[in-house]
Amino acid sequence: MLAWTIYLSFLGAAAVLLLPGRHAGAHRRVALWIALAGCLCGIFGAVEQGTGTGFVEVARRSWIPAIGADYFLAADGISLVLVILTGIAAVAGILFSWNIEHRPREFFAFYLVLIGGVYGVFLSGDLFLLFVFYELAIIPKYFLIAIWGSTQREYGAMKLALYSFVGSAMVLAGLLAAYVVSGGTTFDLQRLAQFQFPESFQQWAFPLVFVGFAILAGLWPLHSWAPTGHVAAPTAASMLLAGVVMKLGAYGALRVAMVLFPEGFKLWQGPLAALAVIGIVYAAMVALTQRDFKFVIGYSSVSHMGFVLLGFAALNETALSGAVLQMFSHGIIAGLLFAVVGRMVYDRTHTRDLHELEGMGLQHALPFAAFTFVVAGAASMGLPGFSGFVAELQVLIGAWQSYPTVTVLAGLGIVIGAAYTMRAMLKAFFGEQPAQQPAHPLPPISLPEQTGAILLMATTLVVGLYSRLLLDLIVPALRSPMFDGLRKAGGW
Amino acid sequence: MTAVPLAGAAATAIFGGSSAQRAHKIALCSCLASLVLAILLRLRFDETSAGIQLTERAVWIPSLGIEYLLGVDGLSIMLLLLTAIVTPLALMAPSRIQERHSAFYSLALFLQAALFGAFTALNFFHWFIFWELSLIPAFFLIKLWGGQARGRAALQFFLYTLAGSVCMLLAFLAIFHATGTFDFERLAEMGRSGYLKSALAARLGWYSLSSGELAAVIFLGVLIGFAVKVPLMPLHTWLPPAYTEAPVGVTILLTALMSKLGVYGVARIVLPIFSWQISQLLTPLLWVAAITSVAAACAAFAQRDIKRMLAYSSINHLGYCMLGLFAACGTIQGTSALFTERTAILNGVAFLMFSHGITATALFCFVGFLESRTGGLRSIDDFGGLRQIVPVFCGLMGISLMASLGLPGLSGFIGEFLIFKGVFALAPWPAAFAALGLLITAVYVLTLLQKVFHGPLNERWRSMPDLNQQERLLILPVIAIMFLLGLWPALALDIFNANMSFLALELSF
Amino acid sequence: MDILRLARPEALLAGAALLIMAVDFLVLRRQPQWIRMGLLSWLAALSCAAAIVLMAYYPAFGRLPGGMMTINWTTQLVKMGLLLLSLFTILISADTDFTEHVGEYFALILFATIGMTLLASAENLLMLFVALELSSLSLYILAAFNKQDANSAEAALKYFLFGGMAAAFMLFGMSLLYGACGTLQLSELSARLNGHGTDLLAITALVMIVIGFGFKVAAVPFHLWAPDAYQGAPTPSAALIASGSKLAGFFILGKFMMAGFSSMKGSAAWQDFATGWVPLLALLALLSMVLGNLAAIVQSNVRRLLAFSAIAHGGYTLIALLSNSPEGMAAVIFYMIVYGLTVIGAFGVVACVERETGGATMADFAGLARRSPVLAVCLLIFFLSLAGIPPLGGFFGKFYLFLAALKHPGNSLDLLWLVAVAIATSTISLYYYLQVLKHAFVSPPPQSTASPNANAQVPPAQSTAVWSIVLLAFAVLAIGCFPQWLLNLILTSLRFG
Repeated sequence: MLAWTIYLSFLGAAAVLLLPGRHAGAHRRVALWIALAGCLCGIFGAVEQGTGTGFVEVARRSWIPAIGADYFLAADGISLVLVILTGIAAVAGILFSWNIEHRPREFFAFYLVLIGGVYGVFLSGDLFLLFVFYELAIIPKYFLIAIWGSTQREYGAMKLALYSFVGSAMVLAGLLAAYVVSGGTTFDLQRLAQFQFPESFQQWAFPLVFVGFAILAGLWPLHSWAPTGHVAAPTAASMLLAGVVMKLGAYGALRVAMVLFPEGFKLWQGPLAALAVIGIVYAAMVALTQRDFKFVIGYSSVSHMGFVLLGFAALNETALSGAVLQMFSHGIIAGLLFAVVGRMVYDRTHTRDLHELEGMGLQHALPFAAFTFVVAGAASMGLPGFSGFVAELQVLIGAWQSYPTVTVLAGLGIVIGAAYTMRAMLKAFFGEQPAQQPAHPLPPISLPEQTGAILLMATTLVVGLYSRLLLDLIVPALRSPMFDGLRKAGGW
Repeated sequence: MTAVPLAGAAATAIFGGSSAQRAHKIALCSCLASLVLAILLRLRFDETSAGIQLTERAVWIPSLGIEYLLGVDGLSIMLLLLTAIVTPLALMAPSRIQERHSAFYSLALFLQAALFGAFTALNFFHWFIFWELSLIPAFFLIKLWGGQARGRAALQFFLYTLAGSVCMLLAFLAIFHATGTFDFERLAEMGRSGYLKSALAARLGWYSLSSGELAAVIFLGVLIGFAVKVPLMPLHTWLPPAYTEAPVGVTILLTALMSKLGVYGVARIVLPIFSWQISQLLTPLLWVAAITSVAAACAAFAQRDIKRMLAYSSINHLGYCMLGLFAACGTIQGTSALFTERTAILNGVAFLMFSHGITATALFCFVGFLESRTGGLRSIDDFGGLRQIVPVFCGLMGISLMASLGLPGLSGFIGEFLIFKGVFALAPWPAAFAALGLLITAVYVLTLLQKVFHGPLNERWRSMPDLNQQERLLILPVIAIMFLLGLWPALALDIFNANMSFLALELSF
Repeated sequence: MDILRLARPEALLAGAALLIMAVDFLVLRRQPQWIRMGLLSWLAALSCAAAIVLMAYYPAFGRLPGGMMTINWTTQLVKMGLLLLSLFTILISADTDFTEHVGEYFALILFATIGMTLLASAENLLMLFVALELSSLSLYILAAFNKQDANSAEAALKYFLFGGMAAAFMLFGMSLLYGACGTLQLSELSARLNGHGTDLLAITALVMIVIGFGFKVAAVPFHLWAPDAYQGAPTPSAALIASGSKLAGFFILGKFMMAGFSSMKGSAAWQDFATGWVPLLALLALLSMVLGNLAAIVQSNVRRLLAFSAIAHGGYTLIALLSNSPEGMAAVIFYMIVYGLTVIGAFGVVACVERETGGATMADFAGLARRSPVLAVCLLIFFLSLAGIPPLGGFFGKFYLFLAALKHPGNSLDLLWLVAVAIATSTISLYYYLQVLKHAFVSPPPQSTASPNANAQVPPAQSTAVWSIVLLAFAVLAIGCFPQWLLNLILTSLRFG
């Protein structure tokens, strides 16, 4: 059932490409149905698999025996959580792209290919297959931004593609080395996880692979592609990029770098924690000074991903489960934020400059957008009741033990986070309205947008109030045999 | 209890729509329902037992040891009653709101829900959710319907309180990491037995701090969160702008209820868990509280704007509460008896909380009346000799001011008396200093009376109308409560006496 | 006689070439261009196909004395690959109109193919040289075939001059080798060189031979002919130069080094260099990758870009040879086949674009996705395969190249430094491929195209080119998704000799 998430997305992309007609109508409907079907497959697959521990096989077929790579799909709790995230984000993204009129066929085709690649990464149990899907996802990203983006789109797209490709090149080098050192017989993740790599090898292999993946997760100081890329991208692409694709990098870091090279990880734990917290605080401070609304959100994504990386660095069960939950939570929240900024505000007012927006009195003109942003902002700040709170809570608990100063700085980051969110919210929506009314009224928020927004808001609320839904999946996965090496290294 | 105002908030938002009247009615219905529930709870509450009663418990996030845990004891009941009483009054108070009434009422009800939740929660996670959630409606209430400088005031309020909460959160996370629990009762036991200290030292060996110092650092972290809320100087600077800029109804909610969140938090959380640390750091804490009271009183004296003056007077009264709470933990030269004194202090604090809530409500209502008659003016210098024009108004306001001052016969007296009686025994010098505050309070209150009510009549207001029917209906119950409690304090004291005794016992180790 | 039996495919091709020239002279002189092109191209293609079928179903194995011609499974496979590449080259040239000498053109292609297949099965120094010259000469002429364009003549002249010099080096090296060992057969060379590995004579011979081969595969610093040749030559000739001659060249280079010079191997392990052919080729590889990719970044003409990218890809392929193992050879053959198919397809698209807009700069590709979506998608597939993006053939090919290089000096990551450079430069290459794709997909089409009209009068031959391009794209995608089939073929053939 889970494998159908991948197949449906690719088949859907082909279907959209072959569908005749220039008008957007049929294409977006087909895309929506496909995305919905994929999302439901993911959710049902997750329910079907239940909360058992460990890596459960979903599909296995011999693929390239000459190098030992199989077509091996498997999922454990962590993969399931991220698959669900992808499903929800995909549906929301399409809803928010309902108004695309320029080359809609190619847009939805690229979009579905990207989704398919992402599902593939989360469901791969074979390192080669994971890498194939991981690289595959780079190209649709480039085109989505370069063709349908806004500010500086060609530059942003190229920067994003190249940074991602450099990251995956680093991963390739590490991957090949690991394959050869482990005997050159298999790419199966479970078997590789059990292999004991020599410590001198891990010392350089770990940072190579980890940084390669973490570039895509926004590790400071290699994060600068993220704000430019997200700002340049069209709304649905930003939602996917910040919401899901950044999680690809974090997932890869966890599933590959940390599981295969736990001793190496232990050696680099300290610098990693430092980089994570610098990312949190630095990005938050930069967000505080931005004039462009979307840049604020872009930097806030980097700041939130810093929490994920901090959770990794702390290396205990609570922190890791917090990191995974933060991946989910931030995916939803980032999607919501970009949806408001890009689709609801920018598409109508054609400006993202906070000073200009201040004079537009958007709380009266677009009340639904204001409401959505308030909810999204509260969630982003980490207010309790929303998913971000539980996630950040766990990360901080876990980090206390290993890095107290870092934890306090992270707390500072939360406060700055509240500051920039409030600043943006106040300026954009609750500015003091000037006496003259705007020349023409803004179009109201359409039904697809409302549906998408409600979907995302409901998700973050539900997960915030009843986090067990996801934690019951994540925690057993962390106790499975695959994480044995990591557990030994971390001492839990 | 939490559910009722939440439902009310939703109902107001959805059905209130554009009609102010309808929204108003729905909101008031919800408040009434809450009030009834609160009274029922009071009746079911057994005042002789000292522990937590009427608990509800459910597992929430097992991997973190978080439970959905509610319960009430005397203190909580009293605050629930206070909230239930004050909220409808706040909603009926004359606020000059021109637009979007349904949003206003529904935000206020949402705030009420958050307060109910915070007063009944017994698990840190649960409690913290409501503590933080109360910030959002408060922020919007100030920002959207406030006065001139409302944007800045609201933002300052929000960020200060959030920063304090983050501090508190971090400290509690450290505690959780050391002890594995978020439950207040268990943590209190650990605090008493000294287990907390050793656990912190064992699990979090940082920077080679000794166990005592480590516990003290954590304690300060928690305290900062509350110190911002109460507030204690010097973390109080958000309060005057917030209170002055907010519309009257909102100010009532802020001063009567939200500040009590802070004091309640100290009583419920800090005292049981960290009593040892408080007694170690006793002297500086006492002096901070005392200085807060006195400085606030002086500042009130210097104000021209009546609302600002009343804001500082709030800080002043809460300073007494904090003084009492800190003193209750103290030991004098090693002895730890003085049980009656401690009980007296704690009872006094609780009583003062309730009384201040009531009197502050009344006073701000009056300010609201004044504003609605004068179109927004509320500086002392604008008025004079109003006694001749609006005698009822002056009379009733005078009574409220006296109650705030602590005149015997009115509710304020009992609370302040009990506190001072206890604190003098436990910590004479800070008490003496704080008593100065009482003096200064008298000075500025009398000045206010003199400037506004007496003296030559300011011709502008010759035609000011007196209190009309609706306003009298609003204010009389409040005045009645003031008298009632002043003359028959047992009504309230009985509710929490047992509790406070128990708490005092625990503190007298 | 043995030779006739063994050389059946070559004989078939030679006969077909003569037939084509005859038909063209006698029958088709007066016909319009497109009939001649169409008919003769189908003839040539059919002959290639027939040769493939012949080799597949009626293989003839054996070895001529002196190692003149050795047919075993491996050489069969390589020859089939070469024929396939020539087949596609012929198909994409089916609608070109740059020359009136149609018959000669296809005959020359077939002769070049014969030269390459002979090269693949040669194990004797002399035969090797003869076959090399046969294919090279045919290619020189093919490069000059467009008489209307001065660039074509210039390209061919450069190619010829460089080629002649390289051939001279090769010959000199071979004679030195003969002098040192007294034999012309590859299989005996290594035994005779044993123990003389560090003789000045042997080393000089090695270097000279490597220079000769280096020219053939366009490795730096012997690459200077490549950009001009690729840019000036008519498209199908360039395609054949880029695909077929590379496959043959690398195969025979590999065989030469691994079989002939195996006693002079040397080592290129990090911090552990030893003299031999391995470090020499490592140096060539390093320079090719770095220079090829860096120079390609600044190109604005897509053909020149493809030339520099070919140099870079040559570098990657050389790395696999360094592993000195069957897996390395398999990787080389696999990659060259995939690369050959890709590059023929790419040149095919370039040819179509040139026909419409008259040039092959990046600006000419603008808005290709609007003008001809099918070609644009095929271009996407080819360029992404060159960049090494999964799930296309180029990705797996590169992956396998690097894997073989790392696995075989005993699982010990000796060549990791070189592989790291390869991965790094490969990353750079994405930039310039994306530039072209950006123009194709993102930029709007130029205003003044006559695109609606052009598609209306497509002569039947044009669709042949488009169909073969689509087929090639499909093949690249299929090999990328399911490489096992081809890989197995190659590995099994290597195992059997």
